[in-house]
Parts: sequence; structure tokens; C-alpha cells
Amino acid sequence: MLKRINVIMLMLALLTAGFAQAAPANPAARHYDNEEKEKPMDVKEIIFEHLGDGYGWEVPFSHVYRMPLPVIVRAQDGQWFSFSSGDLTEVIVVKDEETGKEKKELIPVVKTCERNGKQYQFVIAHTSKHKDKVVEIEPLTAQEQAEIDKQLADKRAGSDVDEGMPVIDGYVCVEDASVKENGHLHDKGTYYKEYRPLDISITKNVLALFISALLVTAMVMGLVRYYKRCGLRAPRKGMGFFEMLVSFVYYDNLKPVLGDKAAKFAPYLLTAFFFILTMNLLGLIVVFPGGANLTGNIAITLVLALCTFVITNVLGTKHYWKEIFWPDVPIWLKCPLPIMQVIEIFGIFTKPAALCVRLFANMMGGHMIVITLTLLIFIFAGFGAALAGGTAVVSVLFSVFMLALDVLVSFIQAYVFTLLSALFIAMGQAKEEHGKELDKEDELLRKEAAEIDHMEGREVGSI
Amino acid sequence: MELFTPDFGLVFWMFVAFILLFLVLAKWGWPVIIKQMEHRAKTIDKGVEDARQAKEQLDNARSEADRYMKEAQGRQQEMLREAERMKTEIIEAARQEAAKAAQREMDAAKASIEQSRKEAESQIRNEVGKFSLEIAERMMRTSMKSDKAQTALVNKLLDEIEKN
Repeated sequence: MLKRINVIMLMLALLTAGFAQAAPANPAARHYDNEEKEKPMDVKEIIFEHLGDGYGWEVPFSHVYRMPLPVIVRAQDGQWFSFSSGDLTEVIVVKDEETGKEKKELIPVVKTCERNGKQYQFVIAHTSKHKDKVVEIEPLTAQEQAEIDKQLADKRAGSDVDEGMPVIDGYVCVEDASVKENGHLHDKGTYYKEYRPLDISITKNVLALFISALLVTAMVMGLVRYYKRCGLRAPRKGMGFFEMLVSFVYYDNLKPVLGDKAAKFAPYLLTAFFFILTMNLLGLIVVFPGGANLTGNIAITLVLALCTFVITNVLGTKHYWKEIFWPDVPIWLKCPLPIMQVIEIFGIFTKPAALCVRLFANMMGGHMIVITLTLLIFIFAGFGAALAGGTAVVSVLFSVFMLALDVLVSFIQAYVFTLLSALFIAMGQAKEEHGKELDKEDELLRKEAAEIDHMEGREVGSI
Repeated sequence: MELFTPDFGLVFWMFVAFILLFLVLAKWGWPVIIKQMEHRAKTIDKGVEDARQAKEQLDNARSEADRYMKEAQGRQQEMLREAERMKTEIIEAARQEAAKAAQREMDAAKASIEQSRKEAESQIRNEVGKFSLEIAERMMRTSMKSDKAQTALVNKLLDEIEKN
């Protein structure tokens, strides 16, 4: 075991050392350095490009090629269109004038569809409010063109440097591919009127979602099949680990919190736990089928939190609603001025909102730190070989550490989401009981909450 | 910023995927797993309980067997002792019987000897009497040819008898 660790460490050291040496010697990197001086690397954009969604899925270890995925959009006049995302992008070769080095680049192209004699044009917006989204475009009328020209003139007059094409609300600028081939990027383009269509494309995130769902189904159904085949024999290895997780969540967390209602709500909570865990862990894998930042996207956590919200409130008991509208507090807190009612009603919404944001922020933060650490190498690449090499070693070590921590966080966040959902649902299932029972339940809830706070604190501390 | 503003398409598909996943697993997945785990836990608990009971029973049986064994051994000892006692008793009785029988035999023998002797005596007496009478007769016949002699003899005989 120790020997293996040594080998891994040695490989890591060689890799980073080799990378550090290769960086300044590589002409492509030098070219990158040159560009660096002209235009600083847009760190923010790179980070959000990695964390964001996309219409294609990057082919492993390639920056330009994408696996095409279906784009499904509803145009302005209600027509549905479906086409491959490969029709929206094109790979071109850009030649650098100074070094003569050829570089491949991915550029958006306009996809034209014809239906009933009418032409529909779609493009992935770049210089627009809807950046990196498919928009429907329409050519400008003469009047609109004049308006745009005026706005452009104003904006350019305001700043001393020519910043390329500015973003104008309601319009999209489509860069000219022929201009790009000359090595000047984003300098010239045509403005179109844009319309963001209803977009239910199977994007990278959606596909990752399906893959996660299939994985969870496969795991669960695998265990069910095992039971059917082997009867009471306990599963081993992977299945055993999966079953251990199920029993950990069900017996150690759901049972104590929900009591005899555990069996009723277990399907939802267990599904949520394993779905989140799978998405979290898949997100940590760099290449296909991982690499999609799912739980670090607020749309995903929003839906999950919404489900908990609906279950808590729709299945809430009479007592639960009584506690909200007429809680057991001194009368002056609730009668002339409904102070408690306002607080409680506010609480109904803040609880799932906290669930949503907690998962989203934790996962996105983890990914962001790893990407930033990696980017440090490229930022420092411009400051000389020694510094770049040193940064590379340190960055890689830190990234590995952060990724290891993220594995832990993936599990903790799935667990916290499930446990808190269970607690909220348990609150919604409160029964008309006074005295000991209720006190005991309250105490349990408080203890669980304190435990989670403690855990979160530790996690933040370690980051 | 796309990450912070939920995208409709993603929300839609997440909803679809999650609800589908939930329905499938809630119908065919989790209840089966939970039931099976509970069933197994119960079976294991029952197995442990059964084993404990079996062990208890075994322990009981063993002590019972020990007890029977001891009892049997005691009984055996007793029987052996009894047998010994009976043996000596029987031997003693037999011996006594034998002694008695011998005594009886001897007594009978003695009696028969006495009887025989008595018979023999009386027979001899008879014989002797007979012989005496014959002798007496013959002598009479010879010597009693005269009256004097006869009288003398009778006297002499009477004397003899008187002497006896």
C-alpha cells in the first residue's frame, strides 16, 4: 500500500515537474503569453464557461470538438424546431500572424430552418444579454439599423479603447467568421434583433441529468434484482456498499426523525439522496460522462427544494398549519399584530430556499476553487519558468486535496439535504400532542440542526 | 449569470427526470429494498434468538443427561450391592439348607440303621428262639425219654429263665 502511494506521489511530481518545464518551451504557450500581454486572461469567463451549461458536450481532452446534442426550441410564432447542436457551431482554423501557428477555434454559425415558406434563423448568442444561449434572430429594419449605429457611436465615444462589439439590449451581434480567420477576434459583426425562444434542448446538463438518473435506477434495480435472485443472502462488494448507504440513510436518519412515517416518505428522500450524491460525484469527474456541474446549478437544486416544499406543505397536518397561524405563544405576539404568523409564513419559504442555496453554493464553490487553482498555473505562466513551475506543483497538490475534500462534501451535502428535508417533512407531520412527546421531538430537531451546523462549520473551516 | 438564474429548459427536464426517477423507484425500488432489509434483519434476529434457545436447550439437555447418568450410576452401584448381598444370602441359605438336608439324611440313616438293627435283633431273637426251641425239642426228645430227666430238665430250664 505504502509502495503504491510512493509510486503515485512520484508520478505526480514528475508530471508537475515536466509540465513546469514544458510550459515556457512550448511555442503554443509562448503564443499564449504574447496574447496575455495584449489582453489579460478573462478568468471569470473561463470559470463560468466550465461551470455553465452547453449545447454540446466537450469531447474528452479537446477544447474545440463537441459531441452534438439535440436542440429543441419553440420559435416566436409557436413553431417547434429540433436540430443537432452541431449545426450551430463550426470549427475553424485561425492562423496567428506573428508566430504562424495554426490554432483551432470553435465559432457559432447561424442555423436556418424553413417551414411553410418562412425562414427561421437560430444562433448561439455571444455578444448579447443571452450569452451562450440559442436565440432566434431577425434582420434589422433600416430604422433599427440607424438606431443601433447611433448607440454604437455613443458607446465608442465614451471609452478610449475600441472594445469590440458592445452588448445592446434586445439585439445580438453575430461575429463575422471570415473576419476571424484573419486572426482578429470579435471585432466585426452584424447586429440582429434577438428573441430568446422557449428552449427545452437536451443540453450537456440535461444529458448528465439523464445519465445520473439512469445510474441511480441501475443501482437500485440491481439491488432489487440481487434480492430476487439471492433471497436473504446479504449482498457483497459494490451492492453491499450501496445497501449499507441505504440502510445508513433509512435506519440512522429517516427512522429516528420520521418515526412510523419513515416508510411513507422514504422513497422520496432516498431518491433525493442518491440522485444528489450521484450528480455530485459525477460532477467531480472531468470528462464524459462526468464534468457537468449539475448540483452547482441553481435550477437543479431549486427543483429539489421545491419538491421538499410541496411535500412538506401539501401533506402537512392540521396541527402543522395551526402552529403556523395560531402558534403556542403569548397572545400579544399573535393577536393584534400577526408577528408570529408573518415569521412562520416567512419560514415556510426560507427553509426550502436554504436547502436550495446550501447545496448549490457548496457544490459550485468546490468546483470553482478547483478551477481557480488550476487557472493559477496559467496566470503565473507569464511570470517566468521558476514561478510557473512552483505554482504548477502547488496548484496540482491543492487541487487534488480540494477534489478529495469535494468527494467528502458531495456526500455530506447529499446527506444534509436529505436529513433537512426529512426534518421539514417531519415538522409538517406534527400531531396534536402536548407535553413530553412534542418536547422530545423538538429537542431531537434542535439536536439534529446543531449537528448539521457543527458539520458545516467544520467543512468551511477545512476549506 | 446563468448559474444564478434558473434556466427554464433545465428546470423542466430536471422536473421530468426527477419525477420519473421517483415514480419508478417508489414503485419498484425502495419498498422492495426496505422490505427486504427489514425481513433480513428480522430473520437474523430470529436466528440469533433461535440459536440462543437451542444452546439453552442443549445446555439443559446436557445437564439432564448428566443427572440421568449420575442417577443410573447410583442405581447401578445399588444394584451391584444388592446383588452382592443376595449372593451371600443365597449362598448362606443354600449352605444352611444343605446342612439341614445332610442332617436329615443322617437322621434318616440313623433311624433306618436303628430300625434295621431292631429288626435284625428281633429276627435274630426269633431265629435264636426257633433254634433254641428246635434244639430244646431235639434234646427233649433224646433226653426226655425218662420222666425223671424230663422233670430235671424243666427245673433246670426254669432256673435258667429265672436267672435271666
